[in-house]
Amino acid sequence: MEQSFLDYYSLEPVTRWIHDTLCGVMPEGWAVFLEGLVLGVVILLAYAVLAVVLIYMERRVCGAFQCRIGPNRVGGKGGLLQVPADVLKILTKEIIRLKNSDHLLYELAPYLVILASVISFSCLPWHKGAGVLDMEVGILFVLAASSIGILGILLAGWSSNSKYTIIGAVRSGAMLVSYELSLGITVLTVVILSGTMSISGIVESQADGWNIFKGHIITLVAFVIYLISGNAEANRGPFDLAEAEQELTAGYHTEYSGMHFGFFYLAEYLNLFITSGIAATLFLGGWMPLHVAGLDGFNAVMDYIPGIVWFLGKTFFVVFLLMWIRWTYPRLRIDQVLNLEWKYLMPLSLLLMLLMVVLKVYGLVF
Amino acid sequence: MTTEEKIKQWCPQAGTETAGETVVHVPADRLEDVCRRLHDDAEEPMDYLRDLVGVDQGEGCLSTYYQLESSRTGSRVMLRADAVEREGRAMLPSVSGLWKTAEIKEREAYDFLGILFTGNPDMRRLFLREDWNGYPLRKDYDMDSNPLDMGNEENADVTEEFRLMPDGTLERRENVVFNPDDFVVNIGPQHPSTHGALRLRTSLDGETVKKIDPVLGYIHRGIEKLSESLTYPQTLAFTDRLDYLSAHQNRHALCMCIERAAGIEISERAQYIRTIMDELQRVASHLLFYSCLVMDMGALTPFFYGFREREMILDIFEETTGGRLIQNYNMIGGVQADIHPDFVRKVKAFTKHMREIIHEYHEIFTDSVIARTRLKGVGKLSREEAISLGATGGTGRATGWSNDVRKRHPYALYDKVDFKEIIYTHGDSWDRYMVRMDEILESCHIIDQLIDNIPAGEFRVKVKPVLKLPEGVFTASVESSRGEFGVFLMSRGDKSPWRLHFRSTGLPLVHTMDTVCRNGKIADLIAIGGTLDFVIPDIDR
Amino acid sequence: MEVKNHKLATTKDMRPEEFKNNDYLLRMAEELNRDGAGIVLSTVDDVINWGRSNSVWSLALGTSCCAIEFMALGAARYDMARFGFEVTRNSPRQADLLMVLGTITYRMAPLMKRLYDQMAEPKYVIAVGGCTISGGPFRKGYHVVDGIDKIIPVDVYIPGCPPRPEAFFYGMMQLQRKIKMERFLGGRNRKEKPEDGETKREEKA
Repeated sequence: MEQSFLDYYSLEPVTRWIHDTLCGVMPEGWAVFLEGLVLGVVILLAYAVLAVVLIYMERRVCGAFQCRIGPNRVGGKGGLLQVPADVLKILTKEIIRLKNSDHLLYELAPYLVILASVISFSCLPWHKGAGVLDMEVGILFVLAASSIGILGILLAGWSSNSKYTIIGAVRSGAMLVSYELSLGITVLTVVILSGTMSISGIVESQADGWNIFKGHIITLVAFVIYLISGNAEANRGPFDLAEAEQELTAGYHTEYSGMHFGFFYLAEYLNLFITSGIAATLFLGGWMPLHVAGLDGFNAVMDYIPGIVWFLGKTFFVVFLLMWIRWTYPRLRIDQVLNLEWKYLMPLSLLLMLLMVVLKVYGLVF
Repeated sequence: MTTEEKIKQWCPQAGTETAGETVVHVPADRLEDVCRRLHDDAEEPMDYLRDLVGVDQGEGCLSTYYQLESSRTGSRVMLRADAVEREGRAMLPSVSGLWKTAEIKEREAYDFLGILFTGNPDMRRLFLREDWNGYPLRKDYDMDSNPLDMGNEENADVTEEFRLMPDGTLERRENVVFNPDDFVVNIGPQHPSTHGALRLRTSLDGETVKKIDPVLGYIHRGIEKLSESLTYPQTLAFTDRLDYLSAHQNRHALCMCIERAAGIEISERAQYIRTIMDELQRVASHLLFYSCLVMDMGALTPFFYGFREREMILDIFEETTGGRLIQNYNMIGGVQADIHPDFVRKVKAFTKHMREIIHEYHEIFTDSVIARTRLKGVGKLSREEAISLGATGGTGRATGWSNDVRKRHPYALYDKVDFKEIIYTHGDSWDRYMVRMDEILESCHIIDQLIDNIPAGEFRVKVKPVLKLPEGVFTASVESSRGEFGVFLMSRGDKSPWRLHFRSTGLPLVHTMDTVCRNGKIADLIAIGGTLDFVIPDIDR
Repeated sequence: MEVKNHKLATTKDMRPEEFKNNDYLLRMAEELNRDGAGIVLSTVDDVINWGRSNSVWSLALGTSCCAIEFMALGAARYDMARFGFEVTRNSPRQADLLMVLGTITYRMAPLMKRLYDQMAEPKYVIAVGGCTISGGPFRKGYHVVDGIDKIIPVDVYIPGCPPRPEAFFYGMMQLQRKIKMERFLGGRNRKEKPEDGETKREEKA
């Protein structure tokens, strides 16, 4: 396999050079601290920018599906500044404190939600050598970190001391915990195929072909299951029962105002991005370019495109798929949601995992 | 033997009033018996209580008018019973044991006039606050006696019931609505899916609905009382604002009633225009029904489909009538203005377009697996329950009850056009939805038959601006977009009505909620509310 | 009416002279010009006001007919998303604008006030339709509030029965113009004097 261009674009030498230079002028501890600080700021910035981009994208996409124009006045022709205006507004909005709520938990909940999504966000493989949090059990870490968000939602619903929020919280609790199962099992299927839990390792293992092509029909089905349960994890339609505007007004965050509500709003969109990013990593080869066996010229051209473009391209493709689903289907009912998971998705994903193990043991995968 | 003769046979004291429409006057102590016999009659069971109207006859006499219809033969009869004074309160025996819809209609009469119905399990106020003083529809009610109270309103968890004991004494009982340990959630009055200011106190067991207690009156504007001080042409303005999605049909009913009473014949052309407008209104309303239902179920995109086609109808309306939503188009003696020159062309274009585009509605929503599983088998209502609850319109037709006023008591041109009454039999949310979707096409079919044949002539006959109607009781009913809309007009020969009452299409439907939603999920409740399709200002009036 | 002030001339698609100014707006403009503000503060104010005015999320208190026209406003033909009114929040905590659509009755009035109290600052109220403004055809009734401005402060009135969607837009753009004249950091000018706005905070809980 020609790795030259991939290596050419790799950020690893750059980061190593920066690290070495810093170590030259200060003790290593300080250098690591400084790098961490800079990275943290970069991640938060990227998080905010992506949230704005995603919200804008959602509005344009749903406008297109709904035969209407969507925002087009604020900030020039395309309504580009609509979302920044929303952000400004929400930043200067009053944050209401409720008299009869559990103050500590009430204030903590949005931060838990945003924390969970920032941590998972940091694990995404942006580019060769640019994974921020890359560890041996990376994918397990993502699953664990994203579960903190459920805690935030539950706490938000419970501490608000309102009937609507508690129904929303209980719904999301039941749903998220259930869907975590099939999500985890499909992820394990890929882990078995790739033979590693490290996120960069999973991407590297797809250098000779994306997992969705490598695992026969199994990974394809697993991809679909992942999309469904990932959609549920991100609390988006048709699985947006926890918010269910038409039933529970705003679900678990009914009582939140101002930036506290903004956190939930941001986290919703970023969770969508993370779900899609992980889907792209596990099934669509992360930042790996598309290679078709036998077409060397084509492959070489593909290699010229930097990894981050590949990654963002794939991720936004999956984001678009999920938005398409959201703006098409009606919402499910809570018992249907749970039936779908426990009676269909989970057994099916278990079966897929079993098949994958068999295939792997007999070396039948590509 | 006519029904009147039968009643005379059962109850020789019964009298007949023939001013206007025939009313059989039954003494209060015989009312229960007569009603029971009528209800259980072998050939012609009067199993559908169309309406129950309380009237203050003046000089301290309160009475109630019962409009009955047989679902089998369609024959109608109207009874009157005067309340009896007992322990300082006007009383009548309740008929809620025979017709379930009487439960809520008797509450309405109690709320407006203070007639106590003995045996009705729920004698709370319906539209007004529980601490309201007096009864507004009584003639001696002081309009300023209840100033705006910004205080919190407490709702009792028990209802009052009065029973008449055999020895003539009154026994007061309390029926429990909600126990203190019930998890009661207020859905409404400000809620995205109640389609207005409706409040459903819902007790939940987890996600399952245990009981629903509708609290009404958040948009009660006192239209019936206001009408009593207006001239007949002035009262027309209110009908459009009752059920604004059936504006034409409502006004059609009132105009028809007044024309009938005054003996005005309207021209053929006006009849054509009225019928076409009614059907256009029905299509517009059903399109909005579709939009609202899909939105309630969380699918936002189809919402825009419904509004896309609805705007075409609104354009047609606007050209001819000048209004988009509220048109004030029907007048006593015809319609307000002649149709716009483009009217025929645009209506034809619309019906053609609607037929071609409706598949999109079905593709995005009807054929979706989620929509089917959410609606099928959910919120079942049987035919008997529907009749007893008086749930007319699409809701009733979905249970197999053929209740279309256009077929059973044709008015305007409905006896001249060929159309099918859409009937489904399961009575679940899905059937209620499909009835409306099919009716869109059926209405287009009606319009197509009429649109090319609008005869030339006057669009309105001359009518005096101040009209005096002869003394008596007059009624009219039309099939509005969501059920039977009725007008009950009582005239004392004056230029304004003595009593004007509208049969709300939505009140029985809201009353149905408790029966239909029990043991469903919260999400079902919202979907059922969407498929029942009620409009709150029409309920509260 | 000619108003020589850039503060009043700020909405796209319509030229400033096409808007009617009432004495309230003129007074706000005059105060802004007279009192002045530091260049930093007023610039920050301008930025915040730009954000606020272009992102007005409404809570639709729809009781009757006007609510249907509001839905038409959100639908494809009129599409209020174009102007920054895209989101309607059903929770009062998250809304900026209380759209009162339809008659307010005696039974509803305390609830309307509660909704208003539950909203987070800055909050605005638009009274839509004849019924909310004066009671409309029902003002003589025994159960109808003759004008919601007796209960909560109203920023913009949109008359009509129901108003046309174009009238909605005009009213909502007037609200945007009003928001653009607010002072956030350099003092307050929107609220009535504190002793007038006494009903404000008591219920915030």
